[in-house]
Amino acid sequence: MGGVLPLVGKRLLLGVGTLFVVSLIIFWAVEALPGDVAQQILGQSATQETVDALREELGLNKSPFTRYFEWLVGAVQGDFGVSLANKRSVTAQIAPRFANTLFLAAYAAVISVPLAIFLGVLTALYRNSVFDRVTNALSLVSISSPEFFLGYVLIAFFAVQSQLFPSISNVTAGMDFDERIYRTTLPAVTLALVVTAYMMRMTRAAIINLLASPYIEMARLKGVPNGRVITHHALPNALAPIINVVALNLAYLITGVVLVEVVFVYPGVGQLLVDSVTKRDFPVVQACCLIFAATFIMFNLIADVGSILSNPRLRHPK
Amino acid sequence: MVKEKSVLLEIKDLRIEGYSDEEWIEIVHGVNLTLHRGEVMGLIGESGAGKSTIGLAAMGFTRDGCRISGGSVLFDGMDLTTASRAERRALRGSRIAYVAQSAAASFNPAHKLIEQHTESGRLHKISSKSEMEADAIELYRRLRLPNPEEIGFRYPHQVSGGQLQRAMTAMAMSCRPDLIIFDEPTTALDVTTQIEVLAAIRDIVEQFNTAALYITHDLAVVAQMADRIKVLLKGDEVEEAETRKMLADPEEDYTKSLWSVRSFEREQKPPPPASEKPLISVRNVDASYGPVPVLKGVSFDIYRGQTVAVVGESGSGKSTTARCITGLLPPDAGEILYDGHVLPARYQNRSKEQLRQVQMIYQMADTALNPKKTIGEIIGRPLQFYGGLRGAELKTAIDQLLDQIELEPSLYYKRLPSELSGGQKQRVGIARALAAGPTFIICDEVTSALDQLVAEGILRLLDRLQKELDLAYMFITHDLATVRAISDVVVVMKEGEVVEQGPKDVMFKPPHHEYTDLLLSSVPEMDPDWLTHLLEERGVDNVGEAAHDKKT
Repeated sequence: MGGVLPLVGKRLLLGVGTLFVVSLIIFWAVEALPGDVAQQILGQSATQETVDALREELGLNKSPFTRYFEWLVGAVQGDFGVSLANKRSVTAQIAPRFANTLFLAAYAAVISVPLAIFLGVLTALYRNSVFDRVTNALSLVSISSPEFFLGYVLIAFFAVQSQLFPSISNVTAGMDFDERIYRTTLPAVTLALVVTAYMMRMTRAAIINLLASPYIEMARLKGVPNGRVITHHALPNALAPIINVVALNLAYLITGVVLVEVVFVYPGVGQLLVDSVTKRDFPVVQACCLIFAATFIMFNLIADVGSILSNPRLRHPK
Repeated sequence: MVKEKSVLLEIKDLRIEGYSDEEWIEIVHGVNLTLHRGEVMGLIGESGAGKSTIGLAAMGFTRDGCRISGGSVLFDGMDLTTASRAERRALRGSRIAYVAQSAAASFNPAHKLIEQHTESGRLHKISSKSEMEADAIELYRRLRLPNPEEIGFRYPHQVSGGQLQRAMTAMAMSCRPDLIIFDEPTTALDVTTQIEVLAAIRDIVEQFNTAALYITHDLAVVAQMADRIKVLLKGDEVEEAETRKMLADPEEDYTKSLWSVRSFEREQKPPPPASEKPLISVRNVDASYGPVPVLKGVSFDIYRGQTVAVVGESGSGKSTTARCITGLLPPDAGEILYDGHVLPARYQNRSKEQLRQVQMIYQMADTALNPKKTIGEIIGRPLQFYGGLRGAELKTAIDQLLDQIELEPSLYYKRLPSELSGGQKQRVGIARALAAGPTFIICDEVTSALDQLVAEGILRLLDRLQKELDLAYMFITHDLATVRAISDVVVVMKEGEVVEQGPKDVMFKPPHHEYTDLLLSSVPEMDPDWLTHLLEERGVDNVGEAAHDKKT
């Protein structure tokens, strides 16, 4: 394993560096927005005194560099400051929401990842068959339809017509697990539909890519049945691209859910982000963006490390 | 050798079609083959002869884009062309096994050797995994693999090429099949490694009285291995005979021409006068890839109009030396002199005139030619770049070059590389090197991807061009027959060092340096008893890698 650790360490350092750069971009992007924050909060009718008082209170009179470092130091410790809209701690506000988002993402992932890999293997096995063609066509349809549209279609069929599931996924803190699952099924299926297609197509392509390899021919000449050729001989060598697409789609499940959360009125980070933007609640916006960025970077890291580990040459050096 | 005479495999009027350009074209035209139990038949022929296709068909297998269109393949009474998928699968691995050309590519990189070894037996429910593993270790021992108890638990990338090829032979033996198809099993190996693999294969086939189809393009190899030889040409049988008879007295002209390939040998040139300056002088060159040192103090001279053959096994630093001379890899120490002047280490720092003088021809003409450019464009590019030729002048120059490489200009000017045969592509590679107007050409294994007849054509062409244009060649090769044919001076390399160098006539006469001797004596000869005698002389444990393994 001697060769792997330094590689992983290098990736980790790169990830931290990237996150730092992203934090800079987020902060300065918000800073660059036109208008004075205090003025906007108080509205046009506010007197100069109250505006000045608020500026003082929010620390807007300090130089942006000072504020950035204060913000960064706080963020590293998990303190993202105070919300402008309701004066509550941003962290306290985001934490339960983030848990909700993670729950939904995990639910969607549990449906989609096994399904995608299973379908990918099957379509590779029966490539160019009717089953393969139909699955591919359907996956293209689900990739090309916007998820809010898919969400509404699902609502129309499963909430309005058949009333199997609720159309609004309002979960609360005290709700038990079964109830949660029941209420989040439609948004989870919506998300799963989108990401399954990507992952399935990549799995299929990665496997088929290897079918011309001499070791696949060798396996066939050893009398290995078709299914085992795919699962035992092709799949382990196709892991690197599959891990990559899975990790990126998991990241998307967390960061890309804004639309789905809005459609299903689900209390996740995406909803919060949209609300905070309309309310110009910048500390919350910054915190949400940073969390999304960190998630994306983390999953990319996992993808990198995963594909390194899937290579037997690196796991078992000479 | 006592042979049971019952027929194991009988191929009758086998026809195979391949799909290309949207139509099915017959590539094997009704071949007959009869193989008895315990008998080894050699299938030889040039590329495109259909050897591998027939070998795979003997397992009831065709590659994608091929199909059996007629005839029958009777294996122990069962016709594999009509057998069900499951019936054929049940035979594969258990009663008919396959040994592929490149073991490195044919072992699955994701699984341990022994796991792959025992797979067939487990799938066909022949015996338990632990019994199979114990048997695998026994087979590894019989095939004289180092550390037989331990080697199977390694991954393919942790094992050397020669060892992998033996491990693959062991794998083929795992279910004690009646028939093994050997598809060029030693072609990718160095001569010294080849011997031990050949010896191991011959031994184990004899021990278990297994029948084999031995597919190769190397006559000297097949002479060691086969009881009978069948010669194929473009999907047709030319002739078949018992090995000794076939070698001594072939009937067909084509076979005779194959046999005579190694006859080309040009006269060695006299050494240059002591006053002459070498054209290229490599002086004490050290080089490395990253932290890995590859060359250690390499020195040799190349004179105008002469051919220096650089020989050695893979990894000995032959191609790295070429990269240093061309400036692709700046040496860590030492220098390259051209006509007495030091050349800048990096090609980026060399003048156009210096670049023009040193040209290269590559092993794989396939990948060395831009597939999107016509032959005219490929040859025209260096003419424009170095000679500044344009328009009609350029056209005339290209036509001249095509004439020189014996390709009719009007036919080939507008063609793409994919429309050419391997030998023709290599000729275009030569023309491209000539187009720059060099005095020195590095030929990196230029004939090793070619069939022998075609390779000989290329050698004759290079020889003619050398006489006409007074070119100096550095000829990188691992094939000593080629060295014998064209060189004036031989440089032997091993592990990044020059172990011996001198004029050809001296180098090919004893006494040799120990390593040169090993290389020379490892080249298979047409004598069917050559391997037997060699093994008697040296002992089975003192050939190639086995000798090396023993020391370490």
